[in-house]
Amino acid sequence: MLNTLKNRFEQGHRTSAYPKTPIKLPARYRGLPQVRAQASSELAAECAAACPQEAIDAGRRLIDLGRCVFCGTCERLSESRFVSFSQNFELAVAAKDHLLTGGELPSLAEHAKKHFKKLFGRSLQLRQVSAAGCNACEADLNVLATPFFDLARFGINFVASPRHADGIVVTGPVSRNMKTALLQTYEATPAPKVVIAVGSCALSGGPFRGSAEITEGLDKLLPVDLYIPGCPPHPLTNLHALLTYFK
Amino acid sequence: MNTEFIQINNGEAVARDRIPHLAFDDFRSQALDIVANGGKIVHFFAYPGDDGVNLLAILRSDHLLLAECRAPEAYPALTAECELFHMFEREIAEQFGIRPEGHPWLKMVRYHPNERDLPDIFGNDYREDIPGNYDYYTVEGEEIHEVAVGPVHAGVIEPGHFRFNCIGERVLHLEIQLGYQHRGVEKLFLNADIKRLPILAEGIAGDTAVGHSLCMAQAVEALAVIDTDTGARIIRTIGLELERIANHVGDLGALSGDVAFLPPANYCGRMRGDFLNMSLWICGNRFGKGLVRPGGVRFPLTDEDRRVLTERLAELKPQIQHVIGLLFSTPSVRSRFEGCGVVSTPDAQKLGLVGPAGRASGIAYDVRRCFPTEHYQRLDFPANAEPSGDVYARAKVRADEVLQSIAIIESLLSNPIETRCVEDGDTKLAPASLAVTVNEGWRGELSHCLLTDADGKILRYKIKDPSFHNWNGLAMALRDTGISDFPLNNKSYNLSYCGFDL
Repeated sequence: MLNTLKNRFEQGHRTSAYPKTPIKLPARYRGLPQVRAQASSELAAECAAACPQEAIDAGRRLIDLGRCVFCGTCERLSESRFVSFSQNFELAVAAKDHLLTGGELPSLAEHAKKHFKKLFGRSLQLRQVSAAGCNACEADLNVLATPFFDLARFGINFVASPRHADGIVVTGPVSRNMKTALLQTYEATPAPKVVIAVGSCALSGGPFRGSAEITEGLDKLLPVDLYIPGCPPHPLTNLHALLTYFK
Repeated sequence: MNTEFIQINNGEAVARDRIPHLAFDDFRSQALDIVANGGKIVHFFAYPGDDGVNLLAILRSDHLLLAECRAPEAYPALTAECELFHMFEREIAEQFGIRPEGHPWLKMVRYHPNERDLPDIFGNDYREDIPGNYDYYTVEGEEIHEVAVGPVHAGVIEPGHFRFNCIGERVLHLEIQLGYQHRGVEKLFLNADIKRLPILAEGIAGDTAVGHSLCMAQAVEALAVIDTDTGARIIRTIGLELERIANHVGDLGALSGDVAFLPPANYCGRMRGDFLNMSLWICGNRFGKGLVRPGGVRFPLTDEDRRVLTERLAELKPQIQHVIGLLFSTPSVRSRFEGCGVVSTPDAQKLGLVGPAGRASGIAYDVRRCFPTEHYQRLDFPANAEPSGDVYARAKVRADEVLQSIAIIESLLSNPIETRCVEDGDTKLAPASLAVTVNEGWRGELSHCLLTDADGKILRYKIKDPSFHNWNGLAMALRDTGISDFPLNNKSYNLSYCGFDL
């Protein structure tokens, strides 16, 4: 008993004050990329060719956040003269074409569906489906339940059954072998329901694009309401998305 | 023992014409001989050779041993004589349509058509929706009932199907059928630009991003003849150890949660995050994605970085020690951990368990000591082996490893680290060559095998996650165990679905 209490005191209070107080991530964290429109077209083309995810549109000077895995290759190659990654972790968008960006994202709060805020603003129960996710997205959704993030204080929970859920959170590139299970889970969720795609794989197939075994984008199968980019998205990216879209 | 298998080194480039090409019968009998004398299988797979499909084996005793043979269309299964080949032969049958006659349990591994457009060995038509459409092993009797779990599970975890045959609360048999996560990763490696390889390797299993990208990088370095500097080797070692600590700490917390002792569950959940945040500090990604690249690392560890990380470790170390102390001294925890889900040493040997799962059943094998890469030659840490084979042993091995890994990182951080960070370059792989790389990931022996054709193009890319060996360990642990202890046993292994499914 004494040991339990001793540990309790040593651990202290750890819950983050976010979103009331802003939070800063370490310098090497790669958040929302900023594209320099004035960079030379040679440099832009060079970065586009080097991008392992083919996420850069050199002509329009845009980055597809759905494909981007935030590896930082373009930033290193251009020495930040074409692309630099900011510390801004607020990356989620409400429409697929918003993922194409030069560094400014449309306000998520303004694009949120108003009736969702009314329905789910005070209580949101979500069922997570990993459809061939590599366990990085899953793990960084899971940590939202740990004391630092403490998702439950906002009235948001991950639940065990789709019957108890207001929507599904999908990770992974939806393998052929998970497609039926995913669609059945969606069917089992009572309407009105939300669909949230988390991570580069669910947005575009991610690192696995080109494989015959996967689906290149969850939106090809289900109506997606909220897109959260990253490989994986930082837990704060997920938290920001849920709070801004539903609160 | 007279063998024509040749000895090779971990991470060595081997010209393919040096691979002993044996007659099938010799290959079979010598491979069986090696494992009968205590050898284990690192790889056993098929690949398209210059004039037909070959079977290639990389076994390990005190050395890595390599040989190949022409693959017959059907052959007497090695599994019939030695269980270690069980998963490998099923995989070969699925990938290349080669039938191991007399295999005692020939069934799908990942549900996908074979590479050669041959009729499916299992009689499946993959235009139809196949997963789950399979006759599970059944136990018959009036009192017997089945419990089916998955592919979608109750928690935020990966999918897979578990079928329990129970009498009352007691599990007679657990069958684990995976494949839901299959993304065709090995195949993607064949045609991918070299720039995609790190991104693919990091996505094989996100919780083992450093481990798998290390295996890939070492294989490319071997075939492209690239040397890494000492600083890079140290930073990679730190990256791999941080990955180990984060996962073990998280699982110790989850184990505590599964026996309803919530304080360590919450503390470990938070502290796991602190270790992930150290990886974030080093390379900008909590899972170490972006750190390892062929030729070295992408990020330095400056004196300022070393100071920050050392301070964080100094703060966390006593907390970890105290929470581990609390966990293992709590009677209600001990009574649930001890004697639960026992896998005996002989069973673990037969199944070929690796990593903490193997060490918890008394098998001390650790790649870091047996086939060291990176900076591990220069490190000294004890062999971890607990003989009892239960949940307690699996938790204990992991707790010990957490403290050892913290000590390793502390010592590596104590001296300045200099490295020249690498950028993506134009990498040319040696033609007609093979490299096999083995590393100790947090779940155990990780290995990649890279073969090139006459033009230096990737001919075969074979990936093996330790989970490929260990899932059957979990099934074995459940024999004669209460079904309510499944979550506890599952967490004590915490195996990878996507690392297995590829």
